[in-house]
Amino acid sequence: MSNDQVVKLKYGAKLKTLKSYMTGLFLSLLLTFTAFILVGEHLLSNAALYITITALAVAQLFAQVLCFLRLNMTGEGRWNSMAFIFTFLVVFVLVGGSLWIMYNLNVNMM
Amino acid sequence: MTELVMEREMATAIDHHNGNHDHDHSHDDHQHHNDDIDVFGFWIYIMTDCVLFATLFAAYSVLEGATFSGPTLKQLISLPYVLTETMCLLASSFTYGLVMLSIYKHKRNFALFWLTLTFFLGLSFVGLEVHEFIHLYSDGHSWHVSAALSAFFTLVGTHGTHVSIGLIWMALMICQLAKYGVTPQINKRLTYLGLFWHFLDIVWIFVFTIVYLMGAI
Repeated sequence: MSNDQVVKLKYGAKLKTLKSYMTGLFLSLLLTFTAFILVGEHLLSNAALYITITALAVAQLFAQVLCFLRLNMTGEGRWNSMAFIFTFLVVFVLVGGSLWIMYNLNVNMM
Repeated sequence: MTELVMEREMATAIDHHNGNHDHDHSHDDHQHHNDDIDVFGFWIYIMTDCVLFATLFAAYSVLEGATFSGPTLKQLISLPYVLTETMCLLASSFTYGLVMLSIYKHKRNFALFWLTLTFFLGLSFVGLEVHEFIHLYSDGHSWHVSAALSAFFTLVGTHGTHVSIGLIWMALMICQLAKYGVTPQINKRLTYLGLFWHFLDIVWIFVFTIVYLMGAI
């Protein structure tokens, strides 16, 4: 196998570029610092803080998945994305379901 | 390594004997296609790992309040320290991207440099975490004190174990890259490691948000 082929092998992801990594790094830094400053300085009320930092974490998840992992819906990459979305569903049922059941148990045991 | 390459080459030879392919070009497509499926398989493993972390997050969220009248996490953690850990891991995720870019350009020495840098950033992360754990343990806040601390050590420790395994893998890849240079095999292995490494950084987003930031509110 010649070396030229290596360049072409991108494995179901969009070709990674320096620009995408820089964008990902910039967004991640921005979202991380915002979350830490909000909590560190306690700039919002408790409930608002919980919602905001969850939103910031989800935003950073997407920033990293799109810019670092380069998931996409084209060709082979489509299957990776479908598996990812399915896992999202499983995680949602697992975590949401556990919290729901345990909350109800706690309330009923009081 | 050599066995694997030989195996691949034998498979190639057999393919040619069976006349599956008219010319080299279609063979390359076939090879590429197989590699894509291999990487998809590894991606499925990563997704199952995601489910593992989800169960640990669920357990942590449920047990978080069960401190057995001990101190809450808020009194135990320092946010600047966690921010330093986060920066180490985020920087290592970024420099790993630079490894892959150097690989695409066949720049072995650049790739080696960035890979080594990634390794040391990851090592600093693990070092900081181990230091934090030892500190907690020696202050009497160990995992057998309360359910909340058990859940904390299990979740953060499992992530730390993954990063440590990633580091061993990375050390092996540094040796392989130095020895064999940029080959399709090395490219593929580094792609696997890249998926694993970026995934660990993504899990860490949720660890610092749910465990540390929400713990500090």
